[in-house]
Amino acid sequence: MWVERRSSRVSDLSKLELSHGDIRSLLKWIKQNLLKERPELFMQGESVRPGILVLINDADWELMGELDYKLQDQDNVLFISTLHGG
Amino acid sequence: MAGGAEAARLSAEISRREQELRGLRERLAAVLAGGAAGDVAATEEGASAFPGELPPLPAQASLSTADILRYSRQLVLPELGVRGQLRLSRSSVLVVGCGGLGCPLAQYLAAAGVGRLGLVDHDVVETSNLHRQVLHGEARRGLPKAVSAAAALRLLNSTVQYVPYCCALSPRTALELVRQYDVVADCSDNVPTRYLVNDACVLAGKPLVSGSALRLEGQLVVYNYQGGPCYRCLFPKPPPPETVTNCADGGVLGVVPGIMGCIQALEVLKIASGMGSSFSQFMLMFDAREGRFRNIKLRPKKADCAVCGDNPSVTCLQDYEAFCGSSATDKCRTLHLLSSEDRVSVEEYKQLLDEQVPHVLLDVRPQVEVDICRLVHAVHIPLSKLEEKDEECLEYLEKRICEEKQRTNGQTYFPVYVVCKLGNDSQKAVRILQELPVKEFGSVSAKDIKGGLMAWASKIDPTFPQY
Ligand SMILES: [Zn+2]
Repeated sequence: MWVERRSSRVSDLSKLELSHGDIRSLLKWIKQNLLKERPELFMQGESVRPGILVLINDADWELMGELDYKLQDQDNVLFISTLHGG
Repeated sequence: MAGGAEAARLSAEISRREQELRGLRERLAAVLAGGAAGDVAATEEGASAFPGELPPLPAQASLSTADILRYSRQLVLPELGVRGQLRLSRSSVLVVGCGGLGCPLAQYLAAAGVGRLGLVDHDVVETSNLHRQVLHGEARRGLPKAVSAAAALRLLNSTVQYVPYCCALSPRTALELVRQYDVVADCSDNVPTRYLVNDACVLAGKPLVSGSALRLEGQLVVYNYQGGPCYRCLFPKPPPPETVTNCADGGVLGVVPGIMGCIQALEVLKIASGMGSSFSQFMLMFDAREGRFRNIKLRPKKADCAVCGDNPSVTCLQDYEAFCGSSATDKCRTLHLLSSEDRVSVEEYKQLLDEQVPHVLLDVRPQVEVDICRLVHAVHIPLSKLEEKDEECLEYLEKRICEEKQRTNGQTYFPVYVVCKLGNDSQKAVRILQELPVKEFGSVSAKDIKGGLMAWASKIDPTFPQY
């Protein structure tokens, strides 16, 4: 599994020790381990903040069950910020 | 009875010609008022200048010899053909924003022969736009972008009708405007306008081809098309304003919106000519650094969407600046974190320099901006390093303060002035310095310089670069 967020890449799902193996616990893990400063730029409550789209294997996470999606070993999870410039 | 039918036909003809005359008079008034020749000019002031209703495009039944010559290379494509070309010539497209996306988009739409292009932009051409807004030019600095774009496009293809609107799209006018066009291209640069354009398109039932770009990335989605989702289906809530980066702050490589605007133009042409779009319920993501495009499958239209859902709560246009908590421009926001006693003006700082008052000037901009220009006597520590309380940086700052302090006779509150580009980050930095442990920094009085280096450039030193 890959988590891409600019420079952060985490491989090997087993090393993450996620409590439930779902996106909800992945976000919790990211909040605790990768977001030292200003987590509000990424998170809101237990989910991502408005304006961030979560992609699981190049598909909108809404199609996959959002927070409840159970991560598989080869999954590619990508967090993208929507752009507004032009 | 035959006389009655004839009378009805004649009176219909009269009212049609009267409408035509009204249109001509409005265009004449606009031309006399200094608008671009031959086009309808529209501004915020005066309802007459805002074309209430545009006359319908002439229903061309066949291509002229000149049309065939001009469009021959695309006419021979079986996917387009004469049928597609005639459809284009009967189509009108509203371009919201004549910037980095809108310029290439409008250029290809005009070249391909759409019937009418509405060009919306409230801004004027500035030098710092020219690296990406390639329809404008040095000679047209200060001109409204909508007028400048129309003038450039007319040189390319004079058979297209151009309607420049030199005003921002507003909730008051958006729906009326969008209703008069067949396809809308969102080439805007801010969040409130994106929600406004989306809602207007949903309420008017128009397909929306939406592009965006920042730094080295671009995104494109077609919304509200053939049962697909709308912008609100995807983003029911606006992002917190502090998480939104504009092109002035974040930077953008000009060719990146250029590429996205071209793909936007392609999708508009496919929709208008009847080929259909590839990006309904799909997002195209472009990563210019890696040269990679990704196609993202999106959620379908949401039954609970506030505007396109089964029981919409948004049934007319609202106040989008209030909804998003930000203004409908891409201009930089002005923060007011500090009280006035913690701030000095550039004039006051200049006086301090002239009087050789001992102090430390701390520049908190990112390195890439310091490389562009700086004040030679400034100590440089980026805000990000201060935010993470980087030890090395804080020690360096302390050392520099001590050195300067020795030149005074034990002043109790040693002044540190903090500067950045516009005076926002410098306020955040002053806050951080004020909250540092008393042991090292207690005897320091930190203040920020209002308006930052750009104020310095415009008010004190005109040779200092503006960026
Ligand atoms: Zn919707």
